[in-house]
Amino acid sequence: MNALLAVPLVVPLLGAAITLLMRRTPRSQQVTATISLAAVVVDAALLLWHTWDGAVVVSQAGGWAAPLGITLVADPMAALLVLVSSVVLLVVLLYAIGQDIGGLSRAMPQVFHPIYLVLTAGVCLSFIAGDLFNLFVGFEIMLTASYALITQAPTRARVRASMIYTVVSLTSSILFLTGIALVYALTGTVNMADIAGKLGAAPPELRMVLALMFFVVFGIKAAIVPMHFWLPDSYPVALTRISAIFAALLTKVAVYAIIRTQTLLFVRDDVTSVLLWVAIATMIVGILGALVQDDVNRVMAFALVSHIGFMIFGLGLNTVAGLAGVIIYLVHHIVVQATLFLVNGLMRQYVGHTSLRAIRGLTTVSPALAVFFFLPALSLAGLPPMSGFIAKTALFQAAVTAEGGWLVGLGLAVGVLTSLLTLIAIFRIWTRAYWGTPLPDMVEARERLRSGPNTSGLRIMTAMTGVMVATGVAVAVAAGPLAQVSFTAAVDLLDGGAYVEAVLGRGSG
Amino acid sequence: MTTPGFVLIASVGVLYSCGFYLLLQRSLMRVVFGILMLGHAANVSLLLTDEAITLPPLLSGGSGEMSDPLPHAMALTAIVITFGVTTFLLALAYRVWLGDENDEVPDDVEDRRISKLTEPEEPS
Repeated sequence: MNALLAVPLVVPLLGAAITLLMRRTPRSQQVTATISLAAVVVDAALLLWHTWDGAVVVSQAGGWAAPLGITLVADPMAALLVLVSSVVLLVVLLYAIGQDIGGLSRAMPQVFHPIYLVLTAGVCLSFIAGDLFNLFVGFEIMLTASYALITQAPTRARVRASMIYTVVSLTSSILFLTGIALVYALTGTVNMADIAGKLGAAPPELRMVLALMFFVVFGIKAAIVPMHFWLPDSYPVALTRISAIFAALLTKVAVYAIIRTQTLLFVRDDVTSVLLWVAIATMIVGILGALVQDDVNRVMAFALVSHIGFMIFGLGLNTVAGLAGVIIYLVHHIVVQATLFLVNGLMRQYVGHTSLRAIRGLTTVSPALAVFFFLPALSLAGLPPMSGFIAKTALFQAAVTAEGGWLVGLGLAVGVLTSLLTLIAIFRIWTRAYWGTPLPDMVEARERLRSGPNTSGLRIMTAMTGVMVATGVAVAVAAGPLAQVSFTAAVDLLDGGAYVEAVLGRGSG
Repeated sequence: MTTPGFVLIASVGVLYSCGFYLLLQRSLMRVVFGILMLGHAANVSLLLTDEAITLPPLLSGGSGEMSDPLPHAMALTAIVITFGVTTFLLALAYRVWLGDENDEVPDDVEDRRISKLTEPEEPS
């Protein structure tokens, strides 16, 4: 059991060290990075298999019993998210390798691989950390790697954007640290299972302050309105492979942390109206921003902000059905968001930029690209039979059955409206960039690209985008088992007993 | 409340307020200093979580009383992290200055678009 939980953390870090030593041999770097990530995928699948029935896998590092030692915990939700994240990380890595083989990127591959593996370790540690301080360390590993990644192939715009991104993330990290100090002062422990038991005795006012503090900390990182301003200015500026991973994973890790802290530490048994208000604002502000953008990547960044709102909405409902909806939504959104950014990356290869003002007729230039865009885009808007439809149905059903009065109704209405507006944003891209007669320089660019000295790179990139699209379809096909494990995870989350017992029970025995 | 406790609490307050003030400035150098001060504030507040902060950590000359080592450990980790990231921020600020010869934080992209809309059009 111990090894299963250690692998997602240790293997990528080891891989990072090895790839760092192999700077002069790009091929062996690529192989090492791929093997490390494939190992994480296999391990995550095993973890999910062990937690499928709602069991909680615990590892006390170094044999120090909780709450004294470092505890790694995987409940069904964490295992599922580690699996989906590592699959996306692996596919994007292969896409990046294809890009490097084709000589189509200005990134420095020798630096990219080690940092990318460190980022993987950070993401996985954040998901399986059993105490607040390790959650902080996981976040820091992930964010520090992301600071370095966002400046890859530095241009003036990129350096400026990354400066703002770094400062904003760092501010929220420092607030996180302050929150940990307050929790430790109040309870004398940082182990989350232990805090869950002790925080109940704390004064309600203090608990509310702490709950809000952690919500703000993770809210900044998850880019919920009104703390979203940094995201559309920083993500689209980075290299496509990097913005794909950022958009797919970094905000979702923060959403996971919000879910974990709000359900385990700050337990309540009614609808959380603050969360619902924030969710409503996030959905509507994000999508209205997406509607007026001229750059495909910026449209996607605003749509990302908007769809974070759906997840917060489900959490705010505070029911098993709502939380299960959030988990399905997380899985769907991680895959779809990564796919759309990869498609934009391919578009940039063909056209040289992503501005909607100067793209026409991509359908003619590359029919495969059009298909790759169309399927995940419809999924994002929530049309049947795509995974987005399943995720949204689960959320909306939960909202209909929840007892929350008019506020839940308002959230539901805004959710439906946001889905429709997402469809409009998608069709704006479709009619502007994909329909029509291609501009002459676009056809030329395609011929130049296709007759280039090394087309295998482009083929790998296209294939990997195809794999991501297929993964999105697979999420929809596997909706039954996904819903099943999501419900198990949601029951675990709301109950909290299994988690606490697994962490503390085995340790104190 | 012992005197060192009060001094620490007061300095945490000063550090947080100065840090956030500097963070809101336009110059990137000041922003970096703001981050530095905020980092210190968080670390000192970690130390403040221990009531017996005046006692020595680990060994205390046989009396058996000592302060809680965990906040020290956490503060150390946090210091390493803020130190590393501050170095990175300084490098970034230097790059920005090299590129543009000023270190002002630019307006938000959307703000710039909106202000462009309100500008009177050039007579053609």
